[in-house]
Amino acid sequence: MSDDSDLDSVQLAARFRARVVAMSHAGNAAHLASALSCVDIVALLYHSVLNVDAHRPTWPDRDRFILSKGHAAAALYVALAYRGFIEPAALDTYGQAGSLLEEHPSPKLPGVEAATGSLGHGLPQGCGMALAARILGRSYRSFVLMSDGECNEGSVWEACLFAAAQKLGNLCAFVDFNKWQATGRSREVLALDPLVDKFRSFGWEVREIDGHDHRQIADAVRGVSLQSSAPTMVVAHTVKGRGVSFMEDDNNWHYRIPTADEVQRAQAELALAEVGAPNKLVQPVPA
Amino acid sequence: MRNAFAAAITRLGEADPNLVMLAGDIGNRLFDSFKDRHPLRFYNCGVAEANMTGVAAGLAASGLRPITYTITPFNTLRCLEQIRLDICYPNLPVIVVGTGSGLSYAGLGATHHSMEDIAVLRTLPNMHVVCPADPIEVGLAVEDALRLGRPTYIRLGKKGEPVIHAAPPAFTIGRGIELRAGDDVAILSVGNMLAVALQTADDLQAQGVSAQVVSMHTVKPLDDALLCAAFTGKKAVVVLEEHGLTGGAGSAVLEWGNAQEVDLRKLLCIGGPDRFLSGCGGQRQARASLGLTAADIVPRILRRLN
Repeated sequence: MSDDSDLDSVQLAARFRARVVAMSHAGNAAHLASALSCVDIVALLYHSVLNVDAHRPTWPDRDRFILSKGHAAAALYVALAYRGFIEPAALDTYGQAGSLLEEHPSPKLPGVEAATGSLGHGLPQGCGMALAARILGRSYRSFVLMSDGECNEGSVWEACLFAAAQKLGNLCAFVDFNKWQATGRSREVLALDPLVDKFRSFGWEVREIDGHDHRQIADAVRGVSLQSSAPTMVVAHTVKGRGVSFMEDDNNWHYRIPTADEVQRAQAELALAEVGAPNKLVQPVPA
Repeated sequence: MRNAFAAAITRLGEADPNLVMLAGDIGNRLFDSFKDRHPLRFYNCGVAEANMTGVAAGLAASGLRPITYTITPFNTLRCLEQIRLDICYPNLPVIVVGTGSGLSYAGLGATHHSMEDIAVLRTLPNMHVVCPADPIEVGLAVEDALRLGRPTYIRLGKKGEPVIHAAPPAFTIGRGIELRAGDDVAILSVGNMLAVALQTADDLQAQGVSAQVVSMHTVKPLDDALLCAAFTGKKAVVVLEEHGLTGGAGSAVLEWGNAQEVDLRKLLCIGGPDRFLSGCGGQRQARASLGLTAADIVPRILRRLN
């Protein structure tokens, strides 16, 4: 554990965001807004949900977490540092030559369950890990975090069919539904809506939540277990660039790198958020 | 080879409780015996090869030993990125089995031909590429791949191929098997071309040429000792494969020879052309149309020797 161990998950998320913004600048690494939109989900899972142990990164009974939207790697790295899988100082090497903290996660890094970055790879592997738990009689759960743009990939839907057919109740997937993909609105690029209905019709237990509300995130994953008869899909409404006023819902920040001045402004806002200043909550968007 | 594969996994499934079979909606009744004995370890993954390959990776990352099985082009090229990133990059013990390889399904059209699979899969780091020659080698290849515990592609023909080995030979991935000794020329046969190779050697013998015949079942990693001996001891080295010449086993030997600085003028690569085949009938006709018969190969070897 780092010295973040006494924070609640909301404070932790604000601190994660501040680090992720600084890492994007220092590492000259893109996809900052994509990382910011899923920070609350990642923070809540690593704070309160995932049964993992940094001293035993390959412990067979650990919960699995796959960041299938691998371009948000920075959000995963801050969580891995928080749980002690990597040294906090290692975050400074993000994007630097020779660092294992690559712009997309490598399984060579402790705590990383799969190589992601090419979209559509996480859910099939999460299915395999969930199926393995059943075959081997283990009680761990498999969590997969995807982007909405990622749902363009056919392999996501192949995996949705498979998980429902195999009744993988120990599998829980999130869609970080920030309504953007690299070059446009995800609703327009490939007519993603109605996303909730799609997953429901595929046989999943679907929860639609505000992906920045930690209580809703925590509630959504209750009941994920071998005993459940259907996999759980959490459609989490989020805002791309969440937490930094001048990045929110601005898709330029899919690729833009913040300047030193912008890092400072962002961190000032996030410091206020960490001490409990009211944060505006995004409302769930009806399908 | 199909039936030999099903028999092998049924037998090996008894000894290895971690063996899990994933099939892409194929092999109706073929795996009944395995399913009867190991109902929790057989999964029909449907017609969804990308997912099946990712599922296999997830199983392997969790301590199991999965095998994926469907028709070769669908289990290799269709899901190539899953093989590359989910299996090979983390170096997981998944066995990818393609059935109906090469021209086995010639009559089904180009959709079902696989003349590129060796070429593509051997470029992936950590991957092993194994092409059994007959039903006996199929069982031995699966057994050795399980022992190896690394990403392995096993390239099968179809059903009904003749048994060639009189008795099970010693089989190790990466080591060729000599079926016949010979002094003048080495014929390195890949996969299901072994019967043609033996016929070629017989025909050469009748013309006074002594040919060694080897089942070079592993294209990656190549058998260094075997190749060194062939290039130093023989006047010609023939690589025979039911696969395209572009990037195939012959191409792999060329790359090897370039690094080893052997006399590559001795090398004769025999395989398929750089074009799609159509209207080719069954496997026999397809081979004849591509010059993959002993009658076509013998004069080419004689020309090379002269």
